[in-house]
This record gives sequence, structure tokens and C-alpha cells, in this order.
Amino acid sequence: MELAGARLVVDPAGVLWWPAERLLAVSDLHFEKASSFARYGALLPPFDTAATLARLCEAIMRYRPRAVLALGDSFHDGDGPQRLGERDRDMIAALQQGRDWIWVAGNHDPDPAVGIGGVFTPELKIGAVIFRHEPRGAAGEIAGHLHPMARISARGRSVSRKCFAIDADRMVMPAFGAFTGGLNIRAPAFMTVFGALSFRAHMLGATRLYAIDAARCLPDH
Amino acid sequence: MSVLDPIAPPVVLPDAFARWFAARGWAARTHQLELLKRAREDRSVLLIAPTGGGKTLAGFLPTLVELSETAVAERAGGGEKKRLVSTGRGVRRSQGLHTLYISPLKALAVDIARNLETPVAEMRLPIRIETRTGDTPVSKRTRQRRDPPDILLTTPEQLALLLASADAPYLFGTLKRVILDELHALVTSKRGDLLSLGLARLFRLAPGLHTIGLSATVAEPDDLRRYLVPQPQGGEALADLVIARPGAEPKVTMLEPDIRDPDSYIPWAGHSARHAYPQIYELIKQHKTTLVFVNTRSQAENIFQELWRINDDGLAIALHHGSLAVEQRRKVEDAMARSKLRAVVCTSSLDLGIDWGDIDLVINVGAPKGSSRLLQRIGRANHRLDEPSRGILVPANRFEVLECRAAIEAVADNAQDTPPLRTGALDVLAQHVLGTACGEPFDADVLYREVISAAPYRDLPRADFDATIDFVATGGYALKAYERFAKIKQDRSGRWRVTHPRFVQAYRMNVGTIVEAVMLKVRLVRSRGGAQGRTGAIGRGGRILGQVEEYFAETLALGDTFVFAGEVLRYEAMVEDELYVSRATDDDPKVPAYEGGKFPLSTYLASRVRNILATPAEWKVLPAPVREWLEIQEWRSVLPGPTELLVETFPRADKHYLVCYPFEGRLAHQTLGMLLTRRLERARLRPLGFVANEYALAVWGLGDIDQQIRRGTLSLMDLFDEDMLGDDLEAWLAESMMMKRTFRTNAIIAGLIQRRTADRDKTRRQMTISTDLIYDVLRKHQPDHLLLRAARADAATGLLDIRRLGEMLSRIKGRIVHKPLEHVSPLAVPVMLEIGVESVYGEAADALLAETADELVKEAMTGVSGGRHGGSKLG
Repeated sequence: MELAGARLVVDPAGVLWWPAERLLAVSDLHFEKASSFARYGALLPPFDTAATLARLCEAIMRYRPRAVLALGDSFHDGDGPQRLGERDRDMIAALQQGRDWIWVAGNHDPDPAVGIGGVFTPELKIGAVIFRHEPRGAAGEIAGHLHPMARISARGRSVSRKCFAIDADRMVMPAFGAFTGGLNIRAPAFMTVFGALSFRAHMLGATRLYAIDAARCLPDH
Repeated sequence: MSVLDPIAPPVVLPDAFARWFAARGWAARTHQLELLKRAREDRSVLLIAPTGGGKTLAGFLPTLVELSETAVAERAGGGEKKRLVSTGRGVRRSQGLHTLYISPLKALAVDIARNLETPVAEMRLPIRIETRTGDTPVSKRTRQRRDPPDILLTTPEQLALLLASADAPYLFGTLKRVILDELHALVTSKRGDLLSLGLARLFRLAPGLHTIGLSATVAEPDDLRRYLVPQPQGGEALADLVIARPGAEPKVTMLEPDIRDPDSYIPWAGHSARHAYPQIYELIKQHKTTLVFVNTRSQAENIFQELWRINDDGLAIALHHGSLAVEQRRKVEDAMARSKLRAVVCTSSLDLGIDWGDIDLVINVGAPKGSSRLLQRIGRANHRLDEPSRGILVPANRFEVLECRAAIEAVADNAQDTPPLRTGALDVLAQHVLGTACGEPFDADVLYREVISAAPYRDLPRADFDATIDFVATGGYALKAYERFAKIKQDRSGRWRVTHPRFVQAYRMNVGTIVEAVMLKVRLVRSRGGAQGRTGAIGRGGRILGQVEEYFAETLALGDTFVFAGEVLRYEAMVEDELYVSRATDDDPKVPAYEGGKFPLSTYLASRVRNILATPAEWKVLPAPVREWLEIQEWRSVLPGPTELLVETFPRADKHYLVCYPFEGRLAHQTLGMLLTRRLERARLRPLGFVANEYALAVWGLGDIDQQIRRGTLSLMDLFDEDMLGDDLEAWLAESMMMKRTFRTNAIIAGLIQRRTADRDKTRRQMTISTDLIYDVLRKHQPDHLLLRAARADAATGLLDIRRLGEMLSRIKGRIVHKPLEHVSPLAVPVMLEIGVESVYGEAADALLAETADELVKEAMTGVSGGRHGGSKLG
């Protein structure tokens, strides 16, 4: 697909690949979400960071990017980096070996976080493409934050999947983190970004993406 | 001791009681006196008695007698003032709480309390009786802790709450007796697990405690007898057993098709029993009061609507099921109690509850499912013991005729098929461990001994108990990441205590084991008009029709039509937690009918049905169309022996079908269908789908199954091998929605996630992580985690019924009978009819169904294939 003159590949793993720049983008990793909940007594499995990193590692092995861009909300809260387990910390360091690593600031993130490598930036512009966490609906914008998810119904069954929300000029990426939920693309927030129901949901399938007009997707209950 | 000896030595009833019985023209029943005697000997007892046997009074009689005697003794001793109110722990009155009554139904507790007031008032006994339910005001609850009544009637959940408070030792220290009502119903669920743990605690708090269990007849009374007393380590203890004289034998018959009606027939499939409505109506007319039991809410709705349509005499016919508003249900129950109704159409919502004397007929529409269940339902008719209860079974299709026949024989044998006692669930144990710590700090060794004294947990390994404590404390993860966030911690003396009051609050708000699906109200509004009118405003404020589960609503798209409350409705909008619907004009709903809960056919009845099939001599009592159906099956295909599994294969309209008849219930068949499909996929037979009913499973695909069997490239023995419960099952469980739904329940009961929080300003969506995601991550990183083990244990008997499937696969090993056919067989017609036509409503749909059915029937009976011209409807 093409956006602001750049040829991009959207991947069913929920990552974005920019071949010309050898750049791999992921959004809303929400590392340490489980331990964030644990502070308030919901003792959720503390494996979410490891699970997210394992999937990220798989994508990195596949594309061998020169640069990895994390599009904000990489940590679930400001104290996330301190709670990182040793193995997860080592894993991040290993993935950063031999490539640039860019942490775009999100609304949950500490800025900058110490001791986890990489460079920190509020947003990143490459040519006419601009990466920022919270979408503003600008042309050439690639954003995250909203955790897009789409729902369809067929034969008395309903299917929900995370998705890329894309129109001719902008895109909202799906959340990549293991414990991240989704916001239905029929929610008002997406109208604010796209202005109309003229965008498409590229729903994540096991081996491919399924592009469906937003107007055909079901709103949430 | 065991069964009641009719010439047992007489027990002296105190004068006041003897006079009271006499004044009412009653004589105390033998089992009532027997219970009094056992109680005086400080024995715990299980009383098995039919409904209407004076069971409740029997349970309370010892308490009433004891309390009246204490009062007399005190008066003789100078009337020492005993209403001394304690102000704190350790201060005891001479009398405190004497008897605790636990009922599975809140309404039952309230009714029993009301009924008890009568003898207490008439005999002028100085006894205070109170109830405690979720509806009891806070002020009264507080007062009850400080100044408890003599008798408290409550539910398992309220008992758990009372035990999880610091004053539990004070409150229960004086307790002499616990009466457990409808014990047969309580012990089959996780509520029974929770109650067993509470009971173990009570035995520790009140050393002089004994129990009385009240139960309908069950298959294994010893299970219940164990439940009622603490189990010694490595040994076994049993409560005494008293069996009341059974009432007159019930008279159960099957509704025969009306032979005067030339159009009479027995449907091949479906569950509506529509053909029998006029006869049911006539029966209601001929009787004083009739209970019409059905298996699902939608059936109840449909029959209710249809009976009113033909209700030319304006008989008072009411509806009662679990989705109706509570006030609505209470209204029906009250009208019933006042003999104002001629009939109530109901689901299992009336399986338990107060006794109504005036019911003279019970009609059971559809499959009876189990012998014990049927006996209990029929027992609701005619509570005068000397007169027989009368029950009429109405099969809705041909297989149900066989099941009804099997049930009638089972009832005649008084055969019981209640499920065996559960193994205590680990998620419930986790809840109990936290609750215990909320009460007071506990020592792990002491609590472990207490827990294994509860019958369902008697075989709990210490390692599992320790894992449960670890789970409650820090989540039980291999990564010890949460030590500093622990909910319970060991203090210097090694006792576990709660680390923060908010965990106590969370426990109190989430106690209990009933995890209800999120329900949405269905509100009838005016339609926005035709397809063009989409933008118009939605009418507001229509009446509420009832509730549907959220997961059903999720399958709906705007404008979809479905059946609910006996009507075809169109989905208009979702407004907060309400589903707005309008009346649809079409007769053909798009989405399959909304069905409430279903019970699987009991293993016992299933084996009886297989026996009938295998024994042509038994067919002569069957209605002619059913007999003919089986005879033609025998001729065109084969009828399996009682231990065999018949597998038929045949082509039809470009597809190849495999139909088998395990008779193990829809849930087990669905699991089997999932697993067979995986295996056929591997065998490159390109399966396309499957459909299951209570008796059979049909799988179809593009590959020629029969040809592969003939060539020896596919073996049915391998296809149905037990090893499908290994890797194939594991692989499927990873993505099974049923498994994820099961896991969600475990996570809520065990307290991993909360269904209710005090934080009202945070929306649920923000505060929760989907349990599906948690399941995925946990499964990958710690497959032996406590909650996954709990989920697997539940899946074995619950939504997936894996245990039953396993038993079937082992039973049929080497006993598979393969019958390759040219066409669909008569026996296969019912399950084939369920393909793609699950929703049936109104005349148009019925006509379609009849058309399709006729085609299949013709093909099966004559051997002329209908596949060329009409088969598309089935494939």
C-alpha cells in the first residue's frame, strides 16, 4: 500500500514494514501492563512483556530491520521500566543490537526512560510521512493510541479482530501488546481522525489481512 | 444405621407439640419422630423423603423441641434474663444462634421462615426466626451479628460472608444444628463445594454441631451422607440415613398422537411439540392445576404464547422462567400458592421451591433428560402421599419418543441417575482461602486439615492446597514477580493474614460461585420503519420483554431478526445495557433461535434408549409412526447393538456425509464433531461442517469418506480412537470459545478478576483485560497454572463434556459398525434436518421445514434420491 508517497507493507502480525527505509514500526506495546494491574491487587500473569517481546522478536527476525520504531505507549505506565524483569530487559537489549531503536512518546510512557537503550522523540518525520502516537488526522500520519478493532457478523456468528484503520492519507495501527484490548473502529474517536466512514479496516487474520469497509463493520454494543 | 424401621421404638413428642399436631388433625410422621430421636442422640442425619412428605417440618422439629425445652427449663430456673446483648467478641449469651438453615433458593428461605412462624406462634414458643439474604437491610444484618436469632435461614453465599468476618467465632460458637435443604440439588454445583468448605469451618467453630440434610431420592445416598459430616483423615464417616416411606407410585404415561386427527404425526426433528398443543390444552382443562415443564426458555415462551392463542376458555395460564423479572416470578408463585392458576408453563426454575398442594398433573414437554430429574418434577404433583402423582410426557420428535419410553421404564423401576459427588473445585477453594483470611489469620496446616474434612475435598493433595495459597497470595506464577503486591502474607507466627482492607472489601463484593453471563434487557420499541428509515429516531420507553446473554447479542447486526418472547423481533439499537428491538413483519428470522440452558441426556437414560433400539420386541409399545421408522431403518441400514456405535456414510448433493449415533448429549457430540473434523482435515477429506443433536452427530465434506475406508486408507477405528483426547484436544482447546468461557468463570470465582468493584467512576472496559488474552498468555507460559487446571477440570464435565466423550470412545472400541449407504437413512433424518434450519418459526418456516423433511423422508423410505433436485437446502 501507499501512503504519502511511501510504499508500505501492513503485516497480519500487526506490524508495519517500510522496505525503502528498512524500518519496522509497532504501536502500543504496553509492556508491564500485568504488573501495573498487580499493584492494585489484580494479580494477572506476569508474562505479558515476554509474550509481546517474543512476537516482536519473530517480526524482527523476519524483516531484519535497520530501525525499529515503537509508536508510543511502549510501557503501560511511568514506572514500567523499573518493573521490567531481568530477562525481558536483556531481550530488549538483544533486539536493539545492530539497529536503531526509536521510542516515540505516548501518553502512558516515561520520557525518556533510563536504562533501556534507544532514542526518544515526541514524533518522527520521514519525508511526507509523520509518525506520532496520538492521531490528529493529518495527511501522511501514522499513529497508534486508539487500539483499533473491527467486528463483523456472518451466519449468526460475530468475529472481532484487531485491525489497521487506513484511508488514502493516514493510518491508525493496531495495538501490539499481549494484554491490549481494542476500541471498535465505529467509535466516535475514529470519525474524528478520518472525518467519515470512508476508511477500511484491515483485520488481522492468522496468515493474511482482511480488508473490510468500515461502513460494513458492526458498531460495538 | 440405615433405612427406617417401621416399628422403631416410639419417640415421645412433648405435650405442646403432640397437642399441636392433634389440633390440626395430623399425626407426626414416623420419619419426623425418627429425626427427633437421632437429634437427641446428637447424630447427623440424611433424610430422604418425597416432596410433600413433611420434610421441612421433620428437619426443624428437633430444633423447635429443643428450644421449647430450654425455655421451659429457664422459666423453672427463675427466669434468668437471657436477652443479654453482647458488645464484642468473647462475650457470650447463655443462648445464641441455635440452628442455621441453608437453602439453594433465597425465596425458599423466606417462605420456610414464614411457614415456621405458624407452629411457633400457635404453640407460643419463645423462638426468634429470621432470614438473611442479599435483600436483608444493612442495619438488620449488623444487628443479627450482635444479637443473633435462634434460627437463621440463609443461602450458601451469605454463610460464606458471615464466616469471612471477625465475629464468626462468636456468632457460630453456640450453633447446634445446620439444616441443609434440597441437598441433592446443592451438591451438584460449585455452590456445593463452597458450602462444604463453610460447613467444615462451622464444625471447627461449633464443637457440638450436627447436621440434617434434606434430599430427594438420589442414586448414591452415601455421597450425601459423607457430605454432612467431617471426614476423618484417611477414613470415612457417614451421617445416619433415614428414608421416609415413599408415596404412592407415580403414574407416568406418554401422550399418544390423537388417532382421530387424520393429520396427526410425530415430527422428525425440532423441539416445539407444536403438534401436541391442543391436547395439552385439553389436559389443562380437565385438571385442577397443571405444571407444564419444558427444557428451555424459548420453548417455555413458545408454548405459553401458543396456549393463549387457543385459550378460548380464558384459563389462567402463567409463565415462569429464569429470564423473567424476579417480581414477575414472585407474582406467579403467589398466585399459584393461592390456587388462582390453572397452569404454569415453566423451566427448571420450578424444579425446586415451595410445595403447592393443588397440583394434580405434571406435563413434561420434550426430552426428560434424566430419570431422577423427571421423578422430582412429577413429584411436584399431588403432595398428598397416598395419592399417586400423575405425569404425562410429551415427546417433540421421534428420538424423544424413545427417550420418553426409556424414562417411563426407568421411573417404573424407580431408577436414579443423579450425578456422583463432585471433586471440589480449586477456584472455589481459592475463594474460600481468601475468605478465611478475611475472617482471621489462619495457619496453613490447620486450614488444610479442615479443608480435607469436607467430603468434596477429602482427596485434595497438600501440594494443590499449597499451590492454592500461593495463587491467592501472589497469583501462583512461576515467575515470583508479585511478592510485594501479595494479598495475603505470613506474619511472624507463620499465620496468613490479609495485607490490605481493600482485599476484604473485594472479597465481600465478589463472593459466590454463580457467574452469570452478562445479560442485556430486551426492550420493545417502535420500528424506525423500512430499510430507508434507518436515520429516524428510535422510539423509547417500550416494555421490557426479558433478557438475553450478551454473547447472543454480539452475534446480531442491525436489522437482524430473531425469535424471543414468542415473537420475531428486529434488532434496532443498543442503548447502554439494553437491546432495542421492534416487531418484525417477516416470519423467517435470520438468526437461529435464542435458546436458554440445556441439560444433557443422562448416561443412564442413554443406555436405556440404546437398548430399546436394539430390541425390536420393545417396539410394540411405541406409537405406529415411530415403530415404522425403526423397522425401515432396520431394513435400509442397520440398528446398532446396545454397546455398538453405528457409523453411516453416504453421498448427498456433491457432498459426503458421516453420521454416527453415540447418544451422549449435544455437548459431548459438539466436542466430538470438532475433533473428528480436525482428523478428517488431516486425512485430506476436506470436511465442511458438522451438526450435533442429543443423539447423533453428522459431519460432511467434499472427500469420499466411504471410498477411503474401502481402500483401507482411512480406518474408522483410528478415526474414533481415544487418542483424539490427546494432542487434537489440546490443540483445539487453545482456541475453543467454550474453553475460554469456562476459564473466565474460573478467573472470576478464584478472584483473579473481579465482576464487581467499588470503583464506580472507572468504566469496566478500562479496568479489565479480556480473560481470552489472559488465557492465551497463561497457556503459553505456564500451562500447569492452577486456573488452567481448574478450567480443564470444568471442561471435562461442563460445556465440553470431555469425560463423557472419553467414556464413550473407550466403550465403543472395537465395536464400531460401519454401514455404507447410497442414501440418507431413516435414523439420520432428524440430525440432517438440523443442518441450516436451526431456526424454525411461524407458518412459512414450518412449511419450509416440512418440505425439506418430506424430501428426506421420501428418499430414506423409498431409496429415491432427492439430492438432485432439492438437496441444496441441506448442504
